[in-house]
Amino acid sequence: MLVKRLHWMMSVVDVDEQAVGESLSLCKENQQHTMSKESSDGRYNGNKRAPASVDTGLPVPVSDLKIEYTKIFINNDWHNSSCGRRIPVYNPATGELICEVEEGDKEDIDKAVKFARQAFQLGSPWRQMDASGRGRLLDELADLVERDRQILATLEAIDSGKLFLTAYYADLIGTIKTLRYYAGWADKIQGKTIPVDGEYFTFTRHEPIGVCGQIIPWNFPLLMFTWKIAPALCCGNTVVIKPAEQTPLSALHMAALIKEAGFPAGVVNVVPGYGPTAGHAIAHHMDIDKVAFTGSTNVGKLIKKAAGDSNLKRVTLELGGKSPNIVFADCDLEHAVEQAHHGLFFNQGQCCIAGSRVFVEEPIYEEFVRRSVERAKRRVLGNPLVPGVDQGPQIDKKQFDKILELIESGKRDGAKLECGGRAWGQKGLFIQPTVFSDVTDDMRIAKEEIFGPVQQIMKFSSTEEVIKRANNTQYGLAAGLFTNDLNKALTISSALQAGTVWVNCYGAVSSQCPFGGYKMSGNGREMGEYGLEEYTEVKTVTIKIPQKNS
Amino acid sequence: MLRCTLSRISPAIARMPACFYSAAAIPAPSTQPPVHFNKLFINNEWHDSVSKKTFPTINPTTGEVICQVAEGDKGDVDKAVKAAKDAFRLGSPWRRMDASDRGLLLNRLADRIEQDAAYLAELETLDNGKPYAVAYSVDLPHVVKCFRYYAGWADKWEGKTIPIDGDYFCYTRHEPIGVCGQIIPWNFPLLMQAWKLGPALATGNTVVMKVAEQTPLTALYVAHLIKEVGFPAGVVNIISGMGPTAGAAITSHMDVDKVAFTGSTEVGHLIQQASGSSNLKKVTLELGGKSPNIIMSDANMDEAVEQAHFALFFNQGQCCCAGSRTFVQESIYKEFVERSVERAKRRVVGDPFNLSTEQGPQVDEEQFQKILGYISSGKREGAKLMCGGGVAADRGYFIQPTIFGDVQDDMTIAREEIFGPVMQILKFKTIEEVVERANDTKYGLAAAVFTKDIEKAHYISGSLRAGTVWINCYDVFGVQAPFGGYKASGNGRELGEYGLDNYTEVKTVTIKVPQKNS
Repeated sequence: MLVKRLHWMMSVVDVDEQAVGESLSLCKENQQHTMSKESSDGRYNGNKRAPASVDTGLPVPVSDLKIEYTKIFINNDWHNSSCGRRIPVYNPATGELICEVEEGDKEDIDKAVKFARQAFQLGSPWRQMDASGRGRLLDELADLVERDRQILATLEAIDSGKLFLTAYYADLIGTIKTLRYYAGWADKIQGKTIPVDGEYFTFTRHEPIGVCGQIIPWNFPLLMFTWKIAPALCCGNTVVIKPAEQTPLSALHMAALIKEAGFPAGVVNVVPGYGPTAGHAIAHHMDIDKVAFTGSTNVGKLIKKAAGDSNLKRVTLELGGKSPNIVFADCDLEHAVEQAHHGLFFNQGQCCIAGSRVFVEEPIYEEFVRRSVERAKRRVLGNPLVPGVDQGPQIDKKQFDKILELIESGKRDGAKLECGGRAWGQKGLFIQPTVFSDVTDDMRIAKEEIFGPVQQIMKFSSTEEVIKRANNTQYGLAAGLFTNDLNKALTISSALQAGTVWVNCYGAVSSQCPFGGYKMSGNGREMGEYGLEEYTEVKTVTIKIPQKNS
Repeated sequence: MLRCTLSRISPAIARMPACFYSAAAIPAPSTQPPVHFNKLFINNEWHDSVSKKTFPTINPTTGEVICQVAEGDKGDVDKAVKAAKDAFRLGSPWRRMDASDRGLLLNRLADRIEQDAAYLAELETLDNGKPYAVAYSVDLPHVVKCFRYYAGWADKWEGKTIPIDGDYFCYTRHEPIGVCGQIIPWNFPLLMQAWKLGPALATGNTVVMKVAEQTPLTALYVAHLIKEVGFPAGVVNIISGMGPTAGAAITSHMDVDKVAFTGSTEVGHLIQQASGSSNLKKVTLELGGKSPNIIMSDANMDEAVEQAHFALFFNQGQCCCAGSRTFVQESIYKEFVERSVERAKRRVVGDPFNLSTEQGPQVDEEQFQKILGYISSGKREGAKLMCGGGVAADRGYFIQPTIFGDVQDDMTIAREEIFGPVMQILKFKTIEEVVERANDTKYGLAAAVFTKDIEKAHYISGSLRAGTVWINCYDVFGVQAPFGGYKASGNGRELGEYGLDNYTEVKTVTIKVPQKNS
């Protein structure tokens, strides 16, 4: 039975390219997840597995899903928008309207901040709760997400256009694991006692910062929601979070689960809205103590400026990237081609970490390009809800147009279009998997973040050269490196100016590892133990004592 | 809603002395819980002992036999160690498992224990004699919290990368030690099992555990749950058996990489010796104590009396950290003794399944006799018997709550661990004096001070030679905080992040690099 299930999982991975993106080890994670489930008790086994298709054995989306939550979530209640406006939410695969969601603006943010502040008052249930109690709540939330895994994956797929199976396996597992990971930290965020000079006793307390504003993007709506709230809540903060206007649905479902799990009112507030209105209100708010933003570098600059203009709130930023992926001649070529392909095309190319500058060493350059093109051409586009599809639509018309415009610039600037290059299909915002070779460093497609299914391949001849070229960018989010040479692996991983370097893998992101950018790719780190620092104020308490002894 | 969540997730009751919680929240116990498991648990299977021998486990409330239990000996320990070693081999499911999945398994074990908390509490009371209300409201929540806490550590026990001199890249891996022998006592059977298993499994070790012969039943039920939640075979093996046979086989085993023991200082010596004469296995010890509890004259009298009472009498006095030397400052000494006696006389001794019972029987005949012997020595050596001093029922191992006043430092009852409901009260004059007297013992497990004065609190807590110091409280155990002894009270620390060290080998990996850059 177990062996059978492992095979089943692996076939899912093959069909759906699960090994990609979120983590190379995802496939293994899935197996293990399933493996440990296999032997657990009824409570975990019973109702948490999604109904599977009779034909394929794969989990299937919820058919005729009713959208339950479309309002603003403040103080554990659902509210209409103060301005009376609504956000139309579209399915990018069909262009059809899914529903309308209440649009939050400044007034709604003010309301949310008021309740978040109240929930943070000294003596409040949230402030008085044992740290391990916060951990239990996050664990309960993870259990609820696991229960609603199929619903959330369906919401994510119809709202963002990502593949249902990717959502089900990558995004949902990432979400559940992140919640469980930070659940465990809650009572392990330890202060220190410090041997100061003099007759004093000194200790530190790691205290929550207070009300945290969080603004998240549309490419991994649920996962980014979780990356933001989990460490914030684990440290004891309260949250006002704005999901992207393109993809508010999974965040609102999470709001309902947060209430169901038993978080006190006001601890998490979810306000859907637009950047220039609701986002702006968060960034400028005088009673928000910290803001965390994931999105474009341009908006990142605005956020930091707003902090300077208002109350010097703490800022963490996860921004854009133009990540180099360096392929040496001594690597396992087949593996490198496959990883570089996923490193760029995963999630319709809509990843901040996309390996969008593939530097290939001269001797294998031609072969690498040939195989990459062949691989890209095998990519199946179509309905993201259907198994066997590799690529769904781009998120919206604006992104769609921007990507096509950059493809044109690539042609104009003299890069060689190897395949793709155009829109695909009769409806929906699909773009053909596109590969450019002979890309040079000064072209726009080599410098700007495309955020779409467009792969740039460049040639290099020496290690020194490629390090220099790889670092020659305003960005510094991630980098990849394929080589079987230990010295090269260590030298280059040290030399690259990037917050994450993958060696012989790409996109292996996990809750345990910090993630964030050098240079203009961001400030601070999310995930891992490092992620806790962004949500903690350290207080030094010094007490005079009569006589010190070691 | 919140209220319900809070009480569900953080039973604050667990922090309170037995007298503080209401019986209302506690489900009525079955006084005859069925025993489902009485064999040896090896490689996720139930085994008779190689010798086919069994031993009786006794209900200390009545002195009657509950059931026969398989008696493990050297041959069984060998079998268990082999299974544990096999589960630890490179490439095994346990070694390949993601750390976060080890955490998930521990969390599921916590869930299952929580689900069966009432049954486990009944079984604990039947086998050990502790009041059911305490087992249910104190022991079980602590057990669940311990597993949950270490579940969280599994994927957070991080090595380091280290900026060494020269053109090298250097990092550490925190690796499990291997096969861990664990020998646990009878005073908190489930909790001691959790304290041992939690950190060992979170860090990826495999375990051969010997449970106390007085109280094997709950540990064997937990073994069943361990299998049910999906731990791979051989990761946890549980042997019921005697110290001199099964225990000795673990401590002298050449394939056991580490041994952790909680019990008497006397046996602790044997364990260290066995390690020395076998394979130098790593040793952690949590041993006896004779913990001072210092009451300054400025203390809140009500709280000090109640806490000092709790500190000694909790769990029938069968606590290694029992506050068994209560030092009281001269000016309040008389009143303190009077009120302590009054409190001890109010202590409800009786059927541990009765929800209003504060004190059940001692664990067995041997302990019972030993405690009565100490009481005689106290009288003989001139301490003043203020109350109690005798047997409290005509069957079972019940002893009256006993208080000695005017106790002197050189008396046997002031130097040796009694492990029973016998409180010693001593008088002192100055801080310097009391610190010296408090530290004048071979033990150093715990200590407490009651005072409102911030300077006294800091001075005394800084001066006491003890692994744990409580200020204005006693017996506050958080799984997050380390626990262990100075001096002959032990080696190493359990619980908290510190507890992980005792189950970890640190490996330094150094790689030559062509050129170093910061």
